[in-house]
Amino acid sequence: MIWSKNETLSREEIEAIQLERLQETVHRVYEKVAPYRKKMDEAGVKPEDIKSLKDLAKLPFVTKQDLRDNYPYGLFAVPTDELLRIHASSGTTGKPTVVGYTKGDMDVWTECVSRIACAGGAKSTDFAQICFGYGMFTGALGLHYGLENIGATIIPSSTGNSEKQLMYMKDFGTTLLVATPSYALRLAEVANEIGIDPKKDLKVKIGLVGSELLTDAMRDEMHRYWGDDMLITSNYGMSELMGPGVSGECEYLNGMHINEDFFIPEIIDPETGEVLPEGEKGELVITCIKKEALPLIRYRTRDITRLMYEPCQCGRTTCRMENLQGRSDDMLKIRGVNVFPGQIEEVVLSVEGLGPHYEIVVERDGYSDKLTIRVELAKATDSFKELEKIEKEIRNKLRVVLGLDAKIKLESPNTLARFEGKAKRIRDLRKGV
Amino acid sequence: MTVKQLSVFIENRRGRLGEVLHFLKENKVSILSMSLADTSEFGLLRLIVNDPEKGSKVLNEAGFASTVTDVIIIKLPHIAGALQEILELISKNDIDIEYAYGLSVEAEDATIVVKTSQIDKACQTLKDNGIGTMSPKELEAL
Repeated sequence: MIWSKNETLSREEIEAIQLERLQETVHRVYEKVAPYRKKMDEAGVKPEDIKSLKDLAKLPFVTKQDLRDNYPYGLFAVPTDELLRIHASSGTTGKPTVVGYTKGDMDVWTECVSRIACAGGAKSTDFAQICFGYGMFTGALGLHYGLENIGATIIPSSTGNSEKQLMYMKDFGTTLLVATPSYALRLAEVANEIGIDPKKDLKVKIGLVGSELLTDAMRDEMHRYWGDDMLITSNYGMSELMGPGVSGECEYLNGMHINEDFFIPEIIDPETGEVLPEGEKGELVITCIKKEALPLIRYRTRDITRLMYEPCQCGRTTCRMENLQGRSDDMLKIRGVNVFPGQIEEVVLSVEGLGPHYEIVVERDGYSDKLTIRVELAKATDSFKELEKIEKEIRNKLRVVLGLDAKIKLESPNTLARFEGKAKRIRDLRKGV
Repeated sequence: MTVKQLSVFIENRRGRLGEVLHFLKENKVSILSMSLADTSEFGLLRLIVNDPEKGSKVLNEAGFASTVTDVIIIKLPHIAGALQEILELISKNDIDIEYAYGLSVEAEDATIVVKTSQIDKACQTLKDNGIGTMSPKELEAL
């Protein structure tokens, strides 16, 4: 079901709404937010200069650093007494990123999440179990309000205690699961351990997953546990922009539909900041055009994707963004080719006989870059042929995916470093040695 | 008759072979024979030991990739040409040898460890031609 008629407008209609809202937002932040005024003055651009959507490219970028520099409320465009809610990102380094919402922002958020929930197959009859952590994180409450708005029954079970989660799921008749892909897999594992077969014993038929990359390999793995008839869609958002609800997949699974009447997407070259032509892969930049408290303009998401404007079979006309390939922070340029660790990870996971751990080593070899992938053997063998077959398979697959030759280094199990938090799988030895 | 061989994957890194031997020694697994084949990046260490199952278990627990494989230990007299005759017999019967190495024991006969993918056929061929192979019991007694 398509929630809003704004998801099916013609390109001209969408762009008319975007331009009007963009101009209003730019005028407002220039007037009310000193750091914006300063940035725009430095870039020599005035609100009146924004005459078409193309002029968006004249505006300076905003980064996470700007939010940190103006901690906590420096970029807010409303007096703090108009705020209804505060959320904050975890802030692994230094201060967290603080975001705020007015009454109007809350309504927009709820609307956006209602749309992506419907795109992902949610209905008013669903029992939606939200296994995201409730708290300062935007994921849980964002999905909560959006799903409640479409009339679904909410089971706000939050994270942790997987056995109890499964008991709720079974006894309360959960039909829709909200979780990260990795937690959805963990739940299925625990279910198997305690003798519950999610395919037979549970009624979960819809998975709205987010806040982590969903690779095709992960989705296949989820289907294996939860059943082929489960509709698993990924959705996208980040607290700086609003939280979940920026975009989400529909049942055709060909990219995440962006709520374009609220967000304008652009793709830029992460190194030069240049806007890239339609269809090219690069860093996603988002401009919020209907936010009151924190209307970020040209916010650099650091996420790598590609935009698709062709209409979708589902009937929505909104622009779609390809499922994420990785973060621009992680992008490596090897012999002139852009390489994302996620691409290498997919190859490693697809080769039988290897463990899921890997390390990417890039070195300077004369005038050229040398790429080495270290992988761990998962199964012992007595045969050189088998070892060579594994090497050859990864090398060939990498050549197809990246167009690069890599050296493969097989290692014993448990040789590569293990990480509890964010994994560091890249060693770039080209710089500063 | 077949016996169990212990195979260990080792990276070509200084001290790696020593680590394997260290774990075997700590667990009182003694080595009767060994062969080390390598490429530029890694090697496969093949060992005839007194307790291959235990050897494999302790090595895998220590983070190595090791496995146990069936091989044949052929007994042959200390006569020039004895090995050649046996190999000719094997090859005439369309059996491929993947690798072979000597087993050094002080006995009347010489012995050679042979790995083939057609292990049952090889055993039968040797038996039919009156060529002796070593049993696990004999091996334990060494």
